[in-house]
Amino acid sequence: MAYSFPEEVLEYVFAFLSSDKDRNAVSLVCKSWYEIERWCRRRIFIGNCYAVSPQIVIRRFPEVRAVKIKGKPHFADFNLVPEGWGAYLYPWISAMARSYPWLEEIKLKRMVVTDESLELISKSFKNFKVLVLSSCEGFTTDGLASIAANCRNLRELDLRESEVEDLSGHWLSHFPDNFTSLVSLNMSCLGSEVSFSALERLVSRCPNLKTLRLNRAVPVEKLPSLLRRAPQLVEFGTGAYSAEIQTDIFSNLVEAFSGCKHLKSLSGFWDVVPAYLPAMYNVCSRITSLNLSYATVQSPDLVELISQCPNLKCLWVLDYIEDAGLKALSSYCKDLQELRVFPSDPYGAEPNVSLTEQGLVTVSAGCPKLQSVLYFCRQMSNAALIAIARNRPNFIRFRLCIIEPQAPDYLTLEPLDTGFGAIVENCKELRRLSLSGLLTDRVFEYIGTHAKKLEMLSIAFAGDSDLGLHHVLSGCESLRKLEIRDCPFGHKALLANAAKLETMRSLWMSSCSVSYGACKLLGQKMPRLNVEVIDERGSPNSRPETCPVEKLYVYRTVAGPRVDKPDFVWTMDEDAALRLS
Amino acid sequence: MDKIPDKLSSSSEKNEVLNLEETELRLGLPGSEFSDKKAGNGFSLFGKDLKDETNNGFSQNPLKNIFSGAKRGFSDAIDGSNKWGLCINGGSEVDLGKNDVLFSPRGGGNVGVKNTNILQSCQPTTPQPVEGKKIEHGSTTPASKAQVVGWPPIRSFRKNTLATNLSRNNDVTGNSGPGCLYVKVSMDGAPYLRKVDLKTYCSYADLSSALEKMFSCFTIGQYASHGLRGKEELSECHLMDLLDRSEYVLTYEDKDGDWMLVGDVPWEMFTDSCKRLRIMKGSEASGLAPRVIEKCKGQN
Repeated sequence: MAYSFPEEVLEYVFAFLSSDKDRNAVSLVCKSWYEIERWCRRRIFIGNCYAVSPQIVIRRFPEVRAVKIKGKPHFADFNLVPEGWGAYLYPWISAMARSYPWLEEIKLKRMVVTDESLELISKSFKNFKVLVLSSCEGFTTDGLASIAANCRNLRELDLRESEVEDLSGHWLSHFPDNFTSLVSLNMSCLGSEVSFSALERLVSRCPNLKTLRLNRAVPVEKLPSLLRRAPQLVEFGTGAYSAEIQTDIFSNLVEAFSGCKHLKSLSGFWDVVPAYLPAMYNVCSRITSLNLSYATVQSPDLVELISQCPNLKCLWVLDYIEDAGLKALSSYCKDLQELRVFPSDPYGAEPNVSLTEQGLVTVSAGCPKLQSVLYFCRQMSNAALIAIARNRPNFIRFRLCIIEPQAPDYLTLEPLDTGFGAIVENCKELRRLSLSGLLTDRVFEYIGTHAKKLEMLSIAFAGDSDLGLHHVLSGCESLRKLEIRDCPFGHKALLANAAKLETMRSLWMSSCSVSYGACKLLGQKMPRLNVEVIDERGSPNSRPETCPVEKLYVYRTVAGPRVDKPDFVWTMDEDAALRLS
Repeated sequence: MDKIPDKLSSSSEKNEVLNLEETELRLGLPGSEFSDKKAGNGFSLFGKDLKDETNNGFSQNPLKNIFSGAKRGFSDAIDGSNKWGLCINGGSEVDLGKNDVLFSPRGGGNVGVKNTNILQSCQPTTPQPVEGKKIEHGSTTPASKAQVVGWPPIRSFRKNTLATNLSRNNDVTGNSGPGCLYVKVSMDGAPYLRKVDLKTYCSYADLSSALEKMFSCFTIGQYASHGLRGKEELSECHLMDLLDRSEYVLTYEDKDGDWMLVGDVPWEMFTDSCKRLRIMKGSEASGLAPRVIEKCKGQN
């Protein structure tokens, strides 16, 4: 069937497709659509940097302007992935420097980024605009200096939660005097003090600056000066929010904040002195996002602040808020969509605050739009979970961390299977779930039966047998990422559901009971998966085949086995048995 | 498809496994369980095994073997180790298998007793970084839970910020503060560095033992290249050879950015001020703490 629909028209239509899923679907219609689409795709998302190689990406999509790449597995956040594991950015940059001279955006998560990479970025892409480094590491402030000095059109520099070797604050002064394009700057993870006058001048000359997240080293008395120069700010992160109480500092703050009519998001608040919180009250009515998760402030002060924020949609807070504070939250903030409660003293033997399951129950009852929760607490009951599930069937993210591993229902001493079962049964749109507490294979049966939209599941210290894992792998149709630690899962479910792994991005299993022999078998059986054994005890060949591996990371890939593995990672494939022996 | 045998390795299989124990490198307190715990000769990675030597008053110094045997005097930097809250984890590695550390920390009751048997039979020595080994010693360690690596799941940035918050807030309870403190450890010549949580150790001996396990894979490579295999015994001249080559010194960067020798200050003070660790070649360490070197020379 020949039809002479001009390519240009199709390209024009495709330009309206922003979602990767839609674009992928379009590219499967026919060969000519595949060709047209690949030439006009501008944004690429690579969920696992080892699933594909830079060369393959560049070959298929020659005109990319924005890349987003994720590296290490999520459990790297909790130090479960040894240093030196991988996820190096450099090979990507060096390939893209040659092929994507017009690249504008690089967004990375959990990648190892060196100063060399940053320098190459700054010199290779003339129109470079956006750099977001989320939970990355490997670079120093010298690398930031290159970016500042050379990226004339930079709009965003966001270093959220990256580990930067902080040599000095001097990097900020490398932004040239005629540089005015900054829209977003997040340096909250840096330790060193930057030159304040350089910062002031930078803020003054960038009229489009909407996001400014300072680091801890900027004292509270300096904030008014910045806020006055940027009344158009929408997102602001303070530095250390403490000083000796002085009335003029306070009144300056009040005045400066009231000048910011567009502020929607506040964060920072390290070392906060409660007496300075009221300085923000006159912006609170517009605030939709509040990150108080570093603010060591007691519940009454938190409640006073929160009660001024009726439009709050997102709250991150420490457990100092306590059940009483959460009750207040549920009555003042009816628009709340996301809540994260972090533990102030996770390693203490005894609870230091009065935060229990009740707080979560109350919020789930009082906030009809609540859809995303991360909650650390020390006790939970099936009754509470069932109540939460019934109150809030619209959860899409539910992450519960009961601090003591394998803690049972504190009322009945039973496992929490029925509680989490209620969550997955009622919350039909649930996409992400993290389990904790005492759990048997039953909970996995519930999950496999009901959690049909679940995309990411995190399991720790749970289950009895391979049957549990089998329920998940065979039942969760939308599963993309599965991460498991310290569970008694062996090889049976894994091997029986090997094909499932090709439909997922990745599987992580550490401190489980998957034998080396099983890993080898999986690698041989599934050539389109990389089955990687991570074991710091030395080569798995030095132990019996039945010996469980320390850690296992399995992911689908079109790039073949990694070539940059450290010596504690082995790829199981057909050649592995021969090479290792 | 071949059936994977369900039966786990028996002890006879274990013996056939390449027995690295005899060439195992470890740091040891002279006369401590570290030296005693394994059959065969424990060669100290960082210094001579002084198990059989007379004490000369240095016996309680946990750091002795971090420095090379020839420069034993460095250890003199520590006088009277009792005040440093020495915590000797007797036979800690042997206990690791029993400790259930992977499934439930102490205090979790007996609910976590799963699969330890599997792990025990396959892991004669588990050189994992210390997990959940906090041993309470009444006066010295705070009453915090035994720590499992990566649990509760809190990111390092947040943990380290919490740590600073707690110490700044001058805890009324008198706890030594935060529950964990990750620092990077690099070793000269090693291709990548490691991270350790200083709070999981309660003494210098504890720390040095863990570091030795972590980095032994790099030095084992060296030994292999010198023609040592399996159970071959080292002659004395080999030993001296190796010791000369493996003169490593443990140093750390403190809050002020200065590099110091590990062991100069009380353990708690060290954990409060240590930002990162570096295992450096002894020859490079001579610039550090010259005062200590003078002291040693005086003693010898």
